[in-house]
Amino acid sequence: MNKSQLQVEAIHNGTVIDHIPAGQGIKILQLFGLVQTHEKITVGLNLPSKALGAKDIIKVENTRLTAAQANQLALFAPDATVNLIEDFEVVEKLQLQLPEQVEGVFSCPNSNCISHNEPVSSKFRVRAVSGQVRFRCNYCEKSFHRDLMAV
Amino acid sequence: MANPLYQKHVISISDFTRAELELVIDTAVMLKTHPRPELLKHKVVASCFFEASTRTRLSFETAVHRLGGAVIGFSDSGSTSLAKKGETLADSVRIISSYSDAFVMRHPQEGAARLAAEYSSVPVINAGDGSNQHPTQTLLDLFTIYETQGTLQGLTVAFVGDLKYGRTVHSLTQALSLFGCKFYFIAPQALAMPDYLCDELTEKGINFEFRDSMEEVMDELDILYMTRVQKERFDETEYVHVASKYVLTPQVLENAKDSLKVLHPLPRIDEITVDVDDTPYAYYFEQAENGVYARQALLALVLNESL
Repeated sequence: MNKSQLQVEAIHNGTVIDHIPAGQGIKILQLFGLVQTHEKITVGLNLPSKALGAKDIIKVENTRLTAAQANQLALFAPDATVNLIEDFEVVEKLQLQLPEQVEGVFSCPNSNCISHNEPVSSKFRVRAVSGQVRFRCNYCEKSFHRDLMAV
Repeated sequence: MANPLYQKHVISISDFTRAELELVIDTAVMLKTHPRPELLKHKVVASCFFEASTRTRLSFETAVHRLGGAVIGFSDSGSTSLAKKGETLADSVRIISSYSDAFVMRHPQEGAARLAAEYSSVPVINAGDGSNQHPTQTLLDLFTIYETQGTLQGLTVAFVGDLKYGRTVHSLTQALSLFGCKFYFIAPQALAMPDYLCDELTEKGINFEFRDSMEEVMDELDILYMTRVQKERFDETEYVHVASKYVLTPQVLENAKDSLKVLHPLPRIDEITVDVDDTPYAYYFEQAENGVYARQALLALVLNESL
């Protein structure tokens, strides 16, 4: 695909997060506080995708996603690709791996979990069970499917 | 040699290794046969029950007294100023732990004990946090099973009744899975063992099966662990139908092995008829009594580097 065919404008330097499942793009922008960077961000939502049917894409100028951030991204978009761009060229592709723990991102779906009432960050142990991501709350010890987790 | 539980928090049965469980059981055996009324001398144990649980509280407090310790605390947070003033649990724990050598707590919310452990300056012992964990119940169950069978290894155990909400069942299966036991789960569909726990057992390679009735497996069982099917989980007609299938009578025990023991975390309502009490299989009242020895063992280990 040449640049004239790009669905979202190319960036000079920064990070491109592609192949995000449609509907997750806005959540990811919020999660990583990307809006607060004050850098130029271009976002494509519900773009056609051969693999996914529809996808979201995020391009952030002058910002490099860290490996830890990329791992957190895997919680929302396990098949996303993260390309670091320099001078319009891809200089590095980050591999996404599920983090072992996630802290302060999701609130516990168990309404009777003590983490809702006390001055603590939520903490979950992340595990893949038969291809499904499961979150086990550090406090109430309940396990939850990804779809139940609210940011 | 220092014991591995010295100054440790006791929050969840899944935090224990097999060796630690065996240490608690061996210590309970020792304290039942040879009382040691000096093990908690000069120690103060906070017994803080943010919700009422009379049996568990009295059992803990008896354990402290029998070891020569002193108890401070409350039996229901409604009778304290904590709830009225709106203090966080974290702050309450900081203060109370500064008055005591160990902090026994019961709380209606899941995860409360784990959170308390983050703020306490002394070991926290979970006496029940919502529907989550009640590790000392599991320790007394294990001690009782060991006492009646002479081993925990390779037993066949049936769990009957409310397996969905019964935290005692959840914790006990987790603990017994360290000892190569086989499980039968006998419950109404609506109260079946949760999937995530079955997944955990499968991952560990534990042999378990679902069955419809106790009679089907009675002759194989070493332990029959009964729990209460709560009326409020069903409408009236359905309850009558369901409950009758999960009531233990002497007739149901007809083909039991001589060594079988029936356990129940109590209170028993009508899921075990009173005439079972007179059979040699009934062991639930001894089980409740064993709660004191198991809690003595745990407190003694947590507060003494060596015994």
